[in-house]
Amino acid sequence: MNDREPLTFLMTQAAEYQEQANLVARGSEPDKNDWRKYFGFSTDHKVIGIQYLVTTFIFYLMGGVLATLVRTELATPASDFVSREVYNSLFTVHATVMIFLWIVPAGTGGFGNYLIPLMIGARDMAFPRLNAIAFWIIPPAGILLMSSFFVGAPGSGWTSYPPLSLMNGKAGELIWILSVLLLGTSSILAAVNFIVTIFKMRIPGMGLNQMPLFCWAMLATSFLALVATPVLAGAMILLSFDLIVGTNFFNPTGGGDPIVYQHMFWFYSHPAVYIMILPVFGMISEIVSVHSRKPIFGYKAIAYSSVAICGLGLIVWAHHMFTSGTPPWLRMFFMITSMIIAVPTGIKVFSWLATIWGGKLRLESPLLFAMGFISLFVIGGISGVMVASVPWDIHVHDTYFIVAHLHYVLFGGSVFGLYAAFYHWFPKMTGRMLNETWGKIHFALSYVGFNLAFMPMHKLGIEGMNRRIAEYDPKFAALNLLCTIGAYLLAVSTLPFLVNVCWSWVYGEKASDNPWRGLTLEWMTTSPPPVENFDADPVLATGPYDYGMGSRATEVNVAFSDASDPVLSAGPSSTLRAKPDPAVAASPSDRVGESHNR
Amino acid sequence: MNIPSQITTLLAGIALTLVSFWYGQNHDLLPISASVESIRVDSLFNLMMTIGTGIFLLVMGILVYSAFKFRREPGDESDGPPVHGNIPLEILWTAIPAIMVLGISIYSFDIYNENGGADPMDHSMAHGKAHQQMASMPGSAMAGTLVAQADPNQQKAEVVNSDPTTAAIREDLPQKKDAPTLGVVSPKIGGAEPGAPEFVVNVAGMQYAWLFTYPGTDVVTGELHVPINQKVLVNITANDVIHAFWVPQFRLKQDAIPGRQTEVRFTPNRLGEYPLVCAELCGAYHGAMNTKVVVESAEDVQKWLQSQQVASAEGLSKAVATTPANMTETEYLAPYAKEVGISADTLKQLHSEHHSMS
Ligand code: HEM
Ligand SMILES: [Cu+2]
Ligand SMILES: [Cu+2]
Repeated sequence: MNDREPLTFLMTQAAEYQEQANLVARGSEPDKNDWRKYFGFSTDHKVIGIQYLVTTFIFYLMGGVLATLVRTELATPASDFVSREVYNSLFTVHATVMIFLWIVPAGTGGFGNYLIPLMIGARDMAFPRLNAIAFWIIPPAGILLMSSFFVGAPGSGWTSYPPLSLMNGKAGELIWILSVLLLGTSSILAAVNFIVTIFKMRIPGMGLNQMPLFCWAMLATSFLALVATPVLAGAMILLSFDLIVGTNFFNPTGGGDPIVYQHMFWFYSHPAVYIMILPVFGMISEIVSVHSRKPIFGYKAIAYSSVAICGLGLIVWAHHMFTSGTPPWLRMFFMITSMIIAVPTGIKVFSWLATIWGGKLRLESPLLFAMGFISLFVIGGISGVMVASVPWDIHVHDTYFIVAHLHYVLFGGSVFGLYAAFYHWFPKMTGRMLNETWGKIHFALSYVGFNLAFMPMHKLGIEGMNRRIAEYDPKFAALNLLCTIGAYLLAVSTLPFLVNVCWSWVYGEKASDNPWRGLTLEWMTTSPPPVENFDADPVLATGPYDYGMGSRATEVNVAFSDASDPVLSAGPSSTLRAKPDPAVAASPSDRVGESHNR
Repeated sequence: MNIPSQITTLLAGIALTLVSFWYGQNHDLLPISASVESIRVDSLFNLMMTIGTGIFLLVMGILVYSAFKFRREPGDESDGPPVHGNIPLEILWTAIPAIMVLGISIYSFDIYNENGGADPMDHSMAHGKAHQQMASMPGSAMAGTLVAQADPNQQKAEVVNSDPTTAAIREDLPQKKDAPTLGVVSPKIGGAEPGAPEFVVNVAGMQYAWLFTYPGTDVVTGELHVPINQKVLVNITANDVIHAFWVPQFRLKQDAIPGRQTEVRFTPNRLGEYPLVCAELCGAYHGAMNTKVVVESAEDVQKWLQSQQVASAEGLSKAVATTPANMTETEYLAPYAKEVGISADTLKQLHSEHHSMS
């Protein structure tokens, strides 16, 4: 077939096997990394991914400052730190920043961009320019939003319900609408790009069921973003007409209906919570499997549950409106669909647990954050089922119980997951390892701080503390003080991470291509990868999660003549497959299941 | 697996179950319960808390156990066992949660039906008039305008109805202006519901106060008094922005929406004063938009109503344009001396065709 010698090697480990098979594809060491490209209009998905991550992290810090101010006001029952108007702006902008400028763009734009092409063996995204445009919408939109503090920031909550949003300061509200519209546009552009990339640019031999689970998650996420975001845009545009031109779409004084806005808003914003968590689900699947040294348990169940969540996620929105005069049959319908969504979510959690079970855990920062994620997300899932129950939600809707629920899923869930991903992929992105000790300190501080800040809120809400208030009944003072202390601890916990990243990026220990011995294709090239990722098309010698499948000596003859030949990649006819097939474990007692993804 | 480890698993399972059942009943998270409805909501919460505790302990137990037990030996670079899945196990952990959430749904549905009082639309029929009356009360300015304002559709309907044939069946035609909520066009279809409320109060939320009116009286107050052990119906609307009527001790909440009427029903069963909180962001002073609900005996409520009647009469005569200006205070108050709550004069003054107040 070619002039190269067929390579014979001793297969000891799945990771080495995969690496050997991809020696040809491995990118050459990039020549000097020019930092200036990160500040320009680059079309390289890796540059864009890092641009997203750094930008969104800066917004995260701003959002964090706002949160700290909110908690400072709430340290005491009286409204004594900022004025009530400013207080409302603080939490409004805090939530908007955290959702639209941090979690959504960091999970999809940041990690999605960086990882998807690498994981499917592509050289870049399908539409590199579109990709860059989607990113460059974000900084101006974010600056626009933050600048609203100069003209009177929006103060009607991130939900911005009319008529209140039509009656507060016009300038701030308009800025809010504009920046949400911009960020929504960016999100739509990115979604189109991910869908096309994942469908069209996988290496030959990588069927949908051979994709890493993160790709499944991004597919589901992008589909949600594509279907739901235009509805939000519609709501924003109508709201802006009411605001500027004085139309009456949502304004009851002119015969409009404020509830229609709520439907449109939540038609997007419920799926949005899945846009924020699905990519993280995907990354946790990767991380848990690599660091437990075990195949992911139930690949198909995890992959298809993302699709199920995507479908169900579109028909549960009115569970945010159980007290909005929603008719009984609708309440019941949305209660049942919301409850059902807990089932695919549960499947994922149990599959991760089963993956960890019996593994050989490398208990370092990525896995610590991933396990922290599971433990906190479960609490948010349990409170999620509780609030899906109409009679209970009628009690706790719009209280601190909801604040607790949403932070357990969004902070304990999405943010812990994003941190796990930072620790896991930082070596690939920068070619340097993060410091492990500081990683552990970061984890301990965040875990304790988080629970201190948000656990007591469950009780506060149940006992009668409503949300979005600058002053509260003194009987809630003790627990609120505890929450504030937790919030300060949480703020401090960011520092070790920041220092660690800044220091390690420059001086950190050099990372090898595959420091965690992973099997997915991003580890099969240099760290950091060169501009076009691979020198030849990578091949799938093993499935993405076939850990432990090669731990015996098997001689394989491999010819690397034509890397793009499907015969050399995955699939039953692949010459790269070990004989006997590693899907059948060496000793009968280990032969528990078939590899689902090869 | 050897036998001792099976026994440990069994013991752990029993301990987990016992702890969950114990904590489900002893979590001490709920405030005082002061209505018939809240007892039911609490039992639902206790059930969810029991299941939730079990799941939480299971997941945390597995994580913590794994962290100690399955930690990699230093220097061990080999992989774990290649277990790719286990279909029966996966079916199990799909089916069990599915059954659990189904059970919770059915139980929630049951409780929701029993607590029909929280239902905003089912009972719209019988109290359409009450809404009308409320709408013309002071402090309901905006909601009032909404109903009363010349509505082109309504005008068209009037024209159609002036036709003799139509007029003959006019009573049976639904009128948009009678609709309890926007979008509901046939309020006259359907009968009165069983178990009519015994005590009706109307409330309007406005930045930043609640205004309660007691149909059949002239009383307008900033706090809510309700008789113990009677079915109470609160008709809710808002004047400016969305507010929400929430009494944590009743476990009931309902948004107050401008341009719509919603309602909440409950049967208080414990004497005392409870906070009534606005639970929907309504502006800068949202956090201060609180008042109280007083649950007292029926006689005390009547007494209180009388005292308020005197107190608010003057204010009311200024506020309600239709109050005859030439009426002396004695004349004005005379009917109430005889029979608190029912006064043909007052009813007329308030344009009320209301009939359900006892
Ligand atoms: C088991 C799955 C879940 C269920 C059944 C569930 C259910 C609910 C329900 C019913 C509400 C509305 C409560 C209310 O406002 O009265 C709610 C609020 C919320 N949920 Fe979840 N949830 C789940 C998971 C998640 C996830 C995964 C996220 C995001 C990562 C999330 C984010 C939120 C947010 C942000 C809110 C508050 C929105 C607001 O009012 O500002 N939830 N959830
Ligand atoms: Cu939702
Ligand atoms: Cu309010």
